Amino acid sequence: MITFENISKKYPDGTEAVAGLSLEAPDAAITVLVGPSGCGKTTTLRMTNRLVEPSGGRILIDGVDIRDRPVTQLRRGIGYVIQQAGLFPHRTVADNIATVPRLLGVDRRGGRRRAQELMELVGLDPVLAGRYPHQLSGGQQQRVGVARALAADPEILLMDEPFSAVDPIVRKSLQDEFLQIQAEVGKTILFVTHDIDEAIRIGDKIAVLREGGHLAQFAPPKELLEKPADEFVERFLGLDRGVRSLTFLPSGGLVLRTEPVLTVGAAPTPAQSALPWLLLVDGERRPVGWVRPDRLDATPITIGHSFVSGSDSLRAALDAAVLCPTGWATGVDAQGRVLGVASQDEIAVEIRAAHDRTVEDWLAQASAEPRDVSAARPTGSVGR
Amino acid sequence: MNLFSDLQTFFEHFGYHGPWTRVVEHCEYSLVALGIAAAIAFPLAVLTGHTGRGAGPIEALAVIGRAVPSLGLLVILAIKLGPLNPAVAMVPLVLLGLPPILLYTHAGIRAVDRATVDAARGMGMTPLQVVWRVELPAALPLILAGLRAGAIQIVATATLAAYVSFGGLGRYIVDGLSQYDYPQVVGGAVLVALLSLVTLGVFWLLDRLFVSPGVRSR
Amino acid sequence: MSIFDLPSEVQSSFLGLIGIQLEVSLGACAAGLALALPLGQLCLRLPRFYPPVLGVVTVIYSLPSLALFVLLIDVTGVTETTVFIPLALYSLAILVPGVVDALRSVPRDVIDAANGMGYGRLRRYLTVELPIALPTLVAAIRVALVSTISLMSVGGLIGNYGGLGDLITLGHTFFYTRLVWLGLLSLLVLAVLCDLVLRGAQRLLTPWARQYRSAA
Repeated sequence: MITFENISKKYPDGTEAVAGLSLEAPDAAITVLVGPSGCGKTTTLRMTNRLVEPSGGRILIDGVDIRDRPVTQLRRGIGYVIQQAGLFPHRTVADNIATVPRLLGVDRRGGRRRAQELMELVGLDPVLAGRYPHQLSGGQQQRVGVARALAADPEILLMDEPFSAVDPIVRKSLQDEFLQIQAEVGKTILFVTHDIDEAIRIGDKIAVLREGGHLAQFAPPKELLEKPADEFVERFLGLDRGVRSLTFLPSGGLVLRTEPVLTVGAAPTPAQSALPWLLLVDGERRPVGWVRPDRLDATPITIGHSFVSGSDSLRAALDAAVLCPTGWATGVDAQGRVLGVASQDEIAVEIRAAHDRTVEDWLAQASAEPRDVSAARPTGSVGR
Repeated sequence: MNLFSDLQTFFEHFGYHGPWTRVVEHCEYSLVALGIAAAIAFPLAVLTGHTGRGAGPIEALAVIGRAVPSLGLLVILAIKLGPLNPAVAMVPLVLLGLPPILLYTHAGIRAVDRATVDAARGMGMTPLQVVWRVELPAALPLILAGLRAGAIQIVATATLAAYVSFGGLGRYIVDGLSQYDYPQVVGGAVLVALLSLVTLGVFWLLDRLFVSPGVRSR
Repeated sequence: MSIFDLPSEVQSSFLGLIGIQLEVSLGACAAGLALALPLGQLCLRLPRFYPPVLGVVTVIYSLPSLALFVLLIDVTGVTETTVFIPLALYSLAILVPGVVDALRSVPRDVIDAANGMGYGRLRRYLTVELPIALPTLVAAIRVALVSTISLMSVGGLIGNYGGLGDLITLGHTFFYTRLVWLGLLSLLVLAVLCDLVLRGAQRLLTPWARQYRSAA
């Protein structure tokens, strides 16, 4: 656990980067520091490994003041990932990754082995081990940066906008893989970003900072979206908070209709012929497209995309329904086989119902124990 | 061309042992001067490059180093110290070798990506480790370029030092000019030209051997 | 010490020497630049040429000036040209990479924007690329000019062709310390003055550019 006790940072020219920040970053979770430029998030991060020394307050790691240890020892126990990766250009990828283990005394061969393990963990082709950073793409370089930070198996990881320098498509896949890695290694992570969507996507707890390092709100992402603490947080979250918060509602409760589903080549039943649209599926029950019952041989209309019933969120379901020209969302199982369909209206009803359930939970909790509501955990981690 | 016949005459007159001794003499002085210049300039430039301060003075020194006529320095010292004093040659050699080494080494270390240095510090390297394991290897191409420029400058100045009674290969040129013995002049000039080429070759080899493929100028 | 203590013949010829010094040095640099501009442009257009050209120019620059001067005696005798040609070649060694780096320093997107706006090749070169490249180019010219002024003094060893350097050789021959100091200091001052003048000129011509350190 990382504890920030009223830390502040004031520069000789008078600028106050951080003013009295206090928060607790829990173990084995991703705590995101997010805010506009100048809010002191990077300064706070860099105070944690003493690249910047606080002007006031203390930082404790598992109860021990970070100033009690020699600074190089502290840093070797903390993984550090920065936006531009900062890879050593004169060393191969493998040597880059093995840097901290070698600093800690591991021999050459041990370092190589560890580098191989980590390259596998972060999804790097082993053939890249002997290449130099300038031969790698931006996304690959970032992966090496993460691998390098994890090499000495530190408890804590500090990440300063690590995915901001890559293009949005690469960024999303890096975020997904990163969440998978975290599921495996369970590090205590302090993650800085200016992108509120990234924060909501990957954060377990989010600290929204105002300019000058003032903490506006510290809450899990769902709560942040539903109950912003003040106008600043509301503005920072931006529009369609409601729609975005749908990513935290599971689609499992949505009842899927099977009547409109028709296998290719089969004849429609009289009930099916009365429906406006029919979903054609192939022999393996994978979706082909939508057709009119009286024009079965016409080119099918694309479904847009499907959503995995149960594990995808209601947001994905709603998006599928809106996207599809017929107004119906196609629900599939994990292997992509059609389970059924749902109309936009049915999804809207389910959204209301899911909200009502959460409100009931909330009311029940509030009346059972008079406790700070900001500690409520989201109802499970669904595909965001 | 006349060049080859002049060279023939040269070697007939002086043999091979005499010139070889001069070559060795020239090299000895040059290497010692380069070593001293590097010993002074290198740590200084690493310090200014690492901390980022001192760029102004180094720039000024570079301009002065280029502007000072080496001949002037040699003659002044010869008059003040007398022609038999080795410092007459050594001091200008070292002084003129300093500016290129300072300039390039400083520039090389400054050119190392700040993010790389930040990552190195954040990982827990001591300042010395950051310099030795990260900044120097990354700056090596420019550092070697500075040493090469210094070496070239020193070899050229050592040639001129013959004017103030120093030995080395310049001796043939200066003596030949005053004696109107053109083959001697050519012999000296060609030999010193070859020496310069060998110097270039040595540094090319050093670059090949020691510069990581990751930083070699693409 | 003052130049007024020197014999009057030397005094009047002192200014003459400055004149000769400037004439030859500036001339050699100008010749070098005149060659370097097209050569550099060629190397930019056909990048394959750059490494060999760079190699040749580096080799020339590594040769001690004295050696180059005397080797040319065979071709041009003992004249001013014997000094002029090597000086021009040395300045080439600095100016060709200088020109290439200067033109390369023009950002790609600026060139694209100019093309997109309908600039012709020549107009773009003269009104867009050269102005932007100017600071880097002037930095290289500074280095070339200062080096040339100082190198020219070696010409005094083959005859009276060292410009102000002749004062040094004269002073050595006649054991006249003051003359040597005069030569050394006036060369130093002249070179530094030229450097400052060029810096000032660059600042005047391109006030929007940041100051460039001398090309490494």
